[in-house]
Formats: sequence, structure tokens, C-alpha cells
Amino acid sequence: MTRNLLLGALLSMLVLLMALVSFVWTPYDHVAMNIPAKLQPPDAEHWLGTDHFGRDMFSMIMVGARTSIAVALVAVGIGMLLGVPLGLAAAARKGSWLDEVIMRGNDLVFAFPSLVIAILITAVLGAGAVNAIIAIGIFNIPVFARITRGAALSLWERDFILAARVAGKSGARISFEHILPNVMNLLIVQGTIQFSLGILAEAGLSYVGLGAQPPTPSWGRMLADAQTMVSIAPHLALVPGVAIVLTVLGLNLMGDGLRDYLDPRLRVSRA
Amino acid sequence: MLRYSLKRLISLVLSLVVASLVIFLVIEVAPGDPASFMLGINAQPDTVAALRSELGLDVPKWQRYLDWAGGMLIGDFGTSYTYRTPVSEMIADRLWVSLPLALFALTISTLVAFPAGIYAASRRGRAGDAAVMGATQLGVAIPNFWFAMMMVLVFAINLRWFSAGGFAGWDKGILAGLHSLTLPAISLALPQAAILARVMRSSLLDILGEDFMRTARAKGLSRGQALWRHGVRNALIPVLTIIGLQFSFLLAGAIIIEQVFYLPGLGRLVFQAISSRDLIVVESVVMLLVFSVITVNFVVDLAYALVDPRLRRRS
Amino acid sequence: MSLLEIDNLSLAIGGTPILNEVSLSVAPGEIVAVTGESGSGKSMTALAVMGLLPSDARASGAIDLDGADILSSTEAEMCRLRGSAVGMVFQEPMTALNPVMTIGDQVAETILVHKAMSPEAARQRAREMLDRVGLPAGRFPMSRYPHELSGGQRQRVVIAMAIALRPKLLIADEPTTALDVTTQAQILDLLKSLVADFEMGLLMITHDLAVVAHLADRIVVMRRGDVVETGETAELLAHMQHPYTKMLFQASTHKVSLPVPPAPEPLLQVRNVVRDYRLPRTRLFAPVEHFRAVNDVSFVLNRGERLGLVGESGCGKSTLTRAVLGLEPVQSGAILLDGLPVHAGGAPDISVRRKMQVVFQDPFGSFNPRHRVDRLVTEPFHLLDEPPRGAARKEAIAEALTAVGLHPDDARKYIHEFSGGQRQRIAIARALIIRPELIVFDEAVSALDVSVRAQILDLLAELCGAYDLTYLFISHDLSVVRTVTDRVLVMRAGQIVEQGDTEAVFQNPQHPYTRSLIAAAPQLPEPALAS
Repeated sequence: MTRNLLLGALLSMLVLLMALVSFVWTPYDHVAMNIPAKLQPPDAEHWLGTDHFGRDMFSMIMVGARTSIAVALVAVGIGMLLGVPLGLAAAARKGSWLDEVIMRGNDLVFAFPSLVIAILITAVLGAGAVNAIIAIGIFNIPVFARITRGAALSLWERDFILAARVAGKSGARISFEHILPNVMNLLIVQGTIQFSLGILAEAGLSYVGLGAQPPTPSWGRMLADAQTMVSIAPHLALVPGVAIVLTVLGLNLMGDGLRDYLDPRLRVSRA
Repeated sequence: MLRYSLKRLISLVLSLVVASLVIFLVIEVAPGDPASFMLGINAQPDTVAALRSELGLDVPKWQRYLDWAGGMLIGDFGTSYTYRTPVSEMIADRLWVSLPLALFALTISTLVAFPAGIYAASRRGRAGDAAVMGATQLGVAIPNFWFAMMMVLVFAINLRWFSAGGFAGWDKGILAGLHSLTLPAISLALPQAAILARVMRSSLLDILGEDFMRTARAKGLSRGQALWRHGVRNALIPVLTIIGLQFSFLLAGAIIIEQVFYLPGLGRLVFQAISSRDLIVVESVVMLLVFSVITVNFVVDLAYALVDPRLRRRS
Repeated sequence: MSLLEIDNLSLAIGGTPILNEVSLSVAPGEIVAVTGESGSGKSMTALAVMGLLPSDARASGAIDLDGADILSSTEAEMCRLRGSAVGMVFQEPMTALNPVMTIGDQVAETILVHKAMSPEAARQRAREMLDRVGLPAGRFPMSRYPHELSGGQRQRVVIAMAIALRPKLLIADEPTTALDVTTQAQILDLLKSLVADFEMGLLMITHDLAVVAHLADRIVVMRRGDVVETGETAELLAHMQHPYTKMLFQASTHKVSLPVPPAPEPLLQVRNVVRDYRLPRTRLFAPVEHFRAVNDVSFVLNRGERLGLVGESGCGKSTLTRAVLGLEPVQSGAILLDGLPVHAGGAPDISVRRKMQVVFQDPFGSFNPRHRVDRLVTEPFHLLDEPPRGAARKEAIAEALTAVGLHPDDARKYIHEFSGGQRQRIAIARALIIRPELIVFDEAVSALDVSVRAQILDLLAELCGAYDLTYLFISHDLSVVRTVTDRVLVMRAGQIVEQGDTEAVFQNPQHPYTRSLIAAAPQLPEPALAS
């Protein structure tokens, strides 16, 4: 199973590297139009071909990786930063009103798919990449809260937590000193999976126009642009699609590999 | 059982009330006045005022909420700012595309995922398992709308088995309607099926380690018999949760997929409404989507009780 | 002619040798007990007979079950044998039944899977079997689900399932280990009568020598995959040959001598304590009901005294223990330690708490796996206003570890590097390090093998001399409580039904419940004690 981990890490690193390199170098300027060279299939000059404006696809993919990674990463950060403390608090006060409020709140947020959140935000604030971040981030909160609470609850039953309580430690202190380190592996694995889901969600939102707006390049919007031309220039749809699939595949393989590597008994929700 | 259902029902109603409040408040903070937006910048103040009262915007907020929420209870979603037609009528037509699409996809996804997951679990660690797991790993990574585009490319443009888009309408017969929803449903279902198959497999593998599976084997059941008779039903409990969650993904996915196939569903309605700032339509469609998700999860909760006798308490 | 004949069975799992040329036999109507400590291979021997070994197990030798050669049978042949020729009962009744299937269906399934009868006849036989194992139709209809039954009742269902087709051999793997003593006695009686009625052979796997001595016709003693001694029960008990057998029997009746306690001066006072739990509502608008886990309990623990608390599961002893430790609030009454209340205004008082420490049952769950031993044993320093630092801290750790028979260098190790017995020593070191006035031992030796348990009991007696320990010793194991306590409390259904000097209570119990408890607890017969 370490083979999965290696392959996954390799793919993920490749995408990250691509995104980082794009800050200093791309084969062409990703916004430079060149109408005479439009819709060219991949060749030596344009490795991944050109789009309907003659822009270099490879350059656009490189810069688009930045958007995907930034959106998904910040969204996971929001989810973890808010969700994990909520889950820890709910578990520490299991059965209390606080637990009840947090869990009901969780259920409520679960009823709003990230697309619906994005629709609401866009209706109010107008379209933009920030919407995607907020929408996916909000969606991530209950995911992390729930998984943290579940893992923490079983830890609270363990004798070493009772021993810490006998040593006079408060719920908050036990949560951070004993519970959090013991759920960290689980959170890292779930974080990887939410990261990959975030990339998928960002692509979907950009595709329907609720995410990154021109001129910010994004894989999802490249697919939206390609749609009307898919019969005459299939590479326009193939290239961003394969980029998404490889990135998500890499992250998922890495997540699964990490889980097996860190603890074979970890159970992670893939929902 | 009755008590359990009643408890769930109360929590369903509460969730709907809170959700409607959240949606209403979010839309309320939207900047700008719909009436001025509709009439343009040169409108006379009294014309704007007249429209405001016609749209019911001149009453206090809490009363507007009650009117909106109360109206929805009897199927009245208000009047579209843009088209001046009842929103309920606009939604009803679209709903008959989006909802069947989501349900169709859910059916396909379940029909594919269950056998695949059970098969993989029963062949654990062998070639069959590895093949299913490899396929699902790929399935999970494929964005459904991109998969849809590829399906159009192959089955509509190259093979011409289906039309590339549009909706035949139900008035031409159920089969014609289903035919035009087939490609969208498949592209929506397969990535979800991959997730569901993985959950089914891991849930079954967890069950295989349980003591009662060993008891079953000690009775003389073969590995396969034990898996079928004792494993699958127990494994269904976590799988049901995922199916409930999946419905919300499928509904959201349906809205995106509609864009690929140019289907006249809720998706197109809501995106048009956003660009024309027809907020009452956005508000209503969002409420409808959230309502569906909450209701489906209510049904899943009831299904739990059917599968798990520990939730049905003897009185 | 024997029913089961195991001949030179050797077994390796994933290359690790588990069994080494094990031979034993069971005749019809005979009860053979296989006993030994954990890692002796006794359970694997049972699974080998069932043909349910892990897939990476490699076995050699021969197992003959009523003419069938088990080791060379195909999986399909084994499926035919399991349930019909040989039935099995497992240790953990709470998880041995399918939670989503009725008990009637589960018993009938044994018959149906072998196509032995029509479905109607099978259901009728299932009903008869449930009646036979003591689950009469009136109170236990076939439509019951496992979660509606207690542990002992579930074990009866498992037995009914195992004997539904009247197998010639029944294998019971620690069938009463998870049960209370009174339930254990009933289940053992049931097994014994079934063996007599059906002329079955019973292969009984158990670590409990007292159970073995009472039940078995013959005994097989195993150690690390070897059979060290085997013989007729009476004969073996009277003339033990192997040193390991002798050690095992001595350890399981191990007695320690405690120093004489000082003159009575109250340290812990528990006065009329009540602890209620809210029950889930039975109807939607029904008034909230409560379960009284601890009901008006009062007792005094004197300084330097060793007090026992015994009772069966669910009697409230764990709740009482937690209340004493300040981990749970009480609804009424008072708990005073050294004259000061443990609960002051809702929150536990830290200056009172620092006077007590606890040792838990599970040597594997009592420690955070991510911390080193030094950090683990110094956790109670959190209770001190000025915890020792630097050299003083190091010295305290070294002293605590040395006191429990470990080495000061062990401080830098992680907990997974220690065995179960060593972990309990570390738990005791953690309890000792702030020199508390009171230590609570919550089933602290219940999870240990007898030989390890004897060593920990010795350590306790030793520490009593060195540190003038005062402790509250909670246990379900009467024989252990009898040797390590001066006085004992007997708890039942939330109340203390009897208390008094340990020896007096054991020799002359007053309350009927105490009497039934002592009568139900199996004891080793005299010859074994003498040898």
C-alpha cells in the first residue's frame, strides 16, 4: 500500500510544482490571444494545443492549478479551523445543550450542498472565486466537526482520559493535550480527502459560472468554454478534465496511503 | 417505532423552519432594491413605490417572511420579479426534469454500487477486489460534468445513440423522457456509484470482523452464505447514511449536469434568475432544494428503523 | 472410542508457531477442560477443530472428529460438519448474535442451513431448544431481538443455536468469562446437564481453574503452545507433576498478608449518596424518569485501612467509584475526604482531589499511547501547586518506578513497549507519585493472567508496608478481595446490602444476596489447595 502513497504523493507534488512554477514561468503568456493559431491540437510548439482564442492550453492549465489548489486549500483550512474545535467541544460536553446545538447546526449545514451555498452567496454578492472558497469551506465545517466528535467520543471513554480527569485537568485541556493529538492522523487523512473533494467542487462551481471569473484561469471554466467546441476540438475538454482527474486521483491515493500508513484501523468517511 | 418516527418528524419540521429562516435572511442582506433594479435607474419614485407594494416589499421583514413561508406551505411561491408570473408555475415545470434526473441517477448508482461493493468485499485482497477498487478510485476522481461531456462526445456525437442535449418532454411518453435523461443520469450516477461501492465494501469488511459472523460460520454457513444472510443487512446501516447524503450531491450535481445537456431544469432557472437578480426565484429554488435534502434524510432515518430493530423500541 | 482425537497438532500462523504437537481426546459424554494463560494456544486449538483458523495458518498432525479427518476436509465438508457434528459457544455473548435478526430465526438457521428439517419443523425445534436452555416461550418469544436480552440470556441463545442439531461435540471457548458469578453458575449447570442429556462431548476452554476443577472430567494444561500436563481431574488436582501446573494453581489462590491497620480514624466518609441518571423518555410527552444507580449509600473508610467493594455488573459500583473520585456529580448526600467535600459547589475541589488517585482495569487503555512513561506517571503533578521540576522531578519518577519494581530508565520508553503486568505497575506508579492519602483500585487486577495477578497482589502488600496505603479495592472477583482487604462492602442494585470485616463476611455472610454470591463463586477444591 506504500506504492499508493508514493504514486499519490508524486502526482500531488507534480500538480503543486506546476502551480508554483507558473508564478515565475509558463511556456506562453496564459492570457495572450493569438487568433490565427486557435484550436490547434497538441504539438511540439503547444504541448497541449491552443484554445479558441489561440491561448496556450499548457500555460492555462499551469495557472489554473493555482486557483484549484488555493480554493481547495483555504476551504479545508476553514473547515478544520472551525469544525475541529466544534467537534472537540461537542465531545467534551457530550449530551449537553452545547453538544445538541452543535450537532443540530451540523445537520442543518449538511442540508445545504456547497452548490446551494454558492448560489445563495452569488445571488447576494455576485460571482467570484471567493464565493467558491466560502461555499466549500462552509460545507467542510460539519464534515470535520462530525468526524472529530466521533473519534473524540470513543477516546473520552478510554481510561487514560479518566486518569487525566482524576489528575484534575479541565475538559478543554484534555481535549487539546490528549484528544487532539490522538485524532490528528484521522484529520490529516480526512483533510486530504476534503482537499480533493474541494478541487472537484471548485471545478463544478467554475463550470456553471459561480466560481472564478475571467481573467482568473480555472480548470472548470476552461471546460465550460470547451463545451460548444467539443466536437471540433476534443482536446479542449480532454486536457482540463484529465488534469482534474489526475490531481484528485493523486490526492485520494495519497489519502488512502496515509491512512494505511498512519493507522490501519482508521475509518474515514468518504461522503 | 411510532415514537421514533414522531421524533424524527419534529426534527424535520424544525430543520425546515430554521433553514427557511437562514435562506430568507441571507437573501435579505442582498444589496439593492428589486423594484428599482427592475424599473431601471430612470424610474419615477412613485412608480417604484407602486411596484414595491405590488411585490409585497413594503411590509415589515418579519411579515414578509411569514407571507413567504406561509405561501410555500400552500404551494404559493410568490411572483417572479422578472417575468411577473407565479414562481410556483416556473418551478413546477423544471422540477419534473431535475427530480426525475436525480432519482434516476440514485437508482443507477445503487444498482451498480451494491453488487460491486459486495463482490469486492467477498473477493477481498484478490484480483476481483483490486479491479473494483481500481475502478472506483478512478470513478471518485472524475468530475461528473466532465464525464457527461465525454459521454456526449462518444455516445451522442460519434455514435449518435442519444441526442446531445435537450429534453423530449414527458408528454411524448415516459420512455422518450427517460431516453433523454439516460446520458445525464449515467454521468451523474457513476462517480457517485464509485463512492457508494467503496462504502459498501468497507462496511461489509467491518462486519466480517464481527463476532456474530464467526458464530454464523460455526453454525455451518459458508463464507458466502454468512456474507449474504448476516453481513449485507448489517452493512446497510452505514450505507443508508451515505445514500441519504448522496441525494443532496445528486441534486446539486443534477443542476450542473443540466448545463451540459441543455436540460430545462431547476439549474437553468436558477442561473437565469441570478443574472437577472430575480431573487424571489433564487430564494424559492434554494428552499426547494434544501427541502428535498432534508426530506430525503428524514426518509433515510425511517429506513434505519426498518433495518435496525434496536431503533424500534418495544412498548 | 473417543469422539474427538487430536494427535500431534502443530500450528503456525503467518510463520509464528502457535501450537506444538498438541494431543488430546474427548469421549462422548465427557467434559474435557483445556486451561492455561493467555498465549497458551487454547483458543486456537478450539478453532482448529472447527476448521475456522485464519487463512494464513498452517497446521500439521491430525484431528479426527467422529471419523472425519478435519485437517484434510474441504471447506464444503467442514460447512456440513459445523453446526451438525460440532457446535461452538463463544466468549462474548453481547456481540455473538446478529443484532438485526430475531433469536428464533437465528436458532432455526442452524437447522435450515443443513436442510435437516422443513421450515416449520425447524422453527418448532428452535422453540424446543430455547425452552431447553431456559428461555421459556412466555417470556422469550422467538420474535425477540438480541438487544432485548441480558448477557446471560444471550449466551443461552448461543448455546441453543450450537445444540439445535444435537451435535456430538460441543466446544465452549471461555463461555462464562464475560458473565457475572451467579449467571456463570447457571450457565455452567446448563452446559453440564446438556452434556448428560444428549451424551455430548464438551471441550471447554477456560482460564478459570476453579471452573475447571468443578466441571471437567479431565484437564489439559497448556502453556505457550505445549500441553504440559493432562489427566483425570481428581487425579491431576491431587498429584500435580509439572511445575507450571503447580505454579498456576498456587497463583490462582494466591494469598498475601497485609500489615495490621492502625486505629480507626475516618479518611473517606460517604454519607447518604444518591446518583440518578435520566432515562430516555418512553413516550413523547411522558414525564422524565430516572434510574437510581446509587441509592442512599453510606460508608466510612479509615486511614490505613484496605476496603473492598464487591458486586455484580450494573450494581452501581462503577458509578459510586466515579462519584468518590469526583468525576460524577451526586444528587444528594456528601462525600468527604479528610473532612473536606470532594464536590464543592458543582466543581470538584482540586485541593481535595490531590489526596486521591486511581488505578484502572484495562492495562492497554489506561495510557495515552503518544506519551513517554515519564510524562504518563507525572500527570498527577497537575494537581500540585508547585510540581517538582528538573532533578526533583526526575528523582520522583525514579522513586515511583523503583517502588513498583521497574527501572528508572524505563521512564524514556513508550507504553507499547511494556507487557500488561508492567503497565499495571506503571499505573500504580502514576497513582503513587504524589503520595495520595487514598488510592482507588478499580478492577485493577481483573484483566491480568493469574501468575501476573499474583505478582501485582504481592506488590500491593509490599507497598502497604512501605507507604501505609489506604485503598478502596473494587472488584467482582471475590477471592482477590478476600486476600487484599481488611473490610468489605457488598453492593447490589445501588445499595450496600452488607458490610463488615472481610473474613467475617466471607465465613458468615448475613445477607441472602451475599450468601448467593459466595455460593455461586467457584472455588478450588481442597486437594488442589493442599498440594
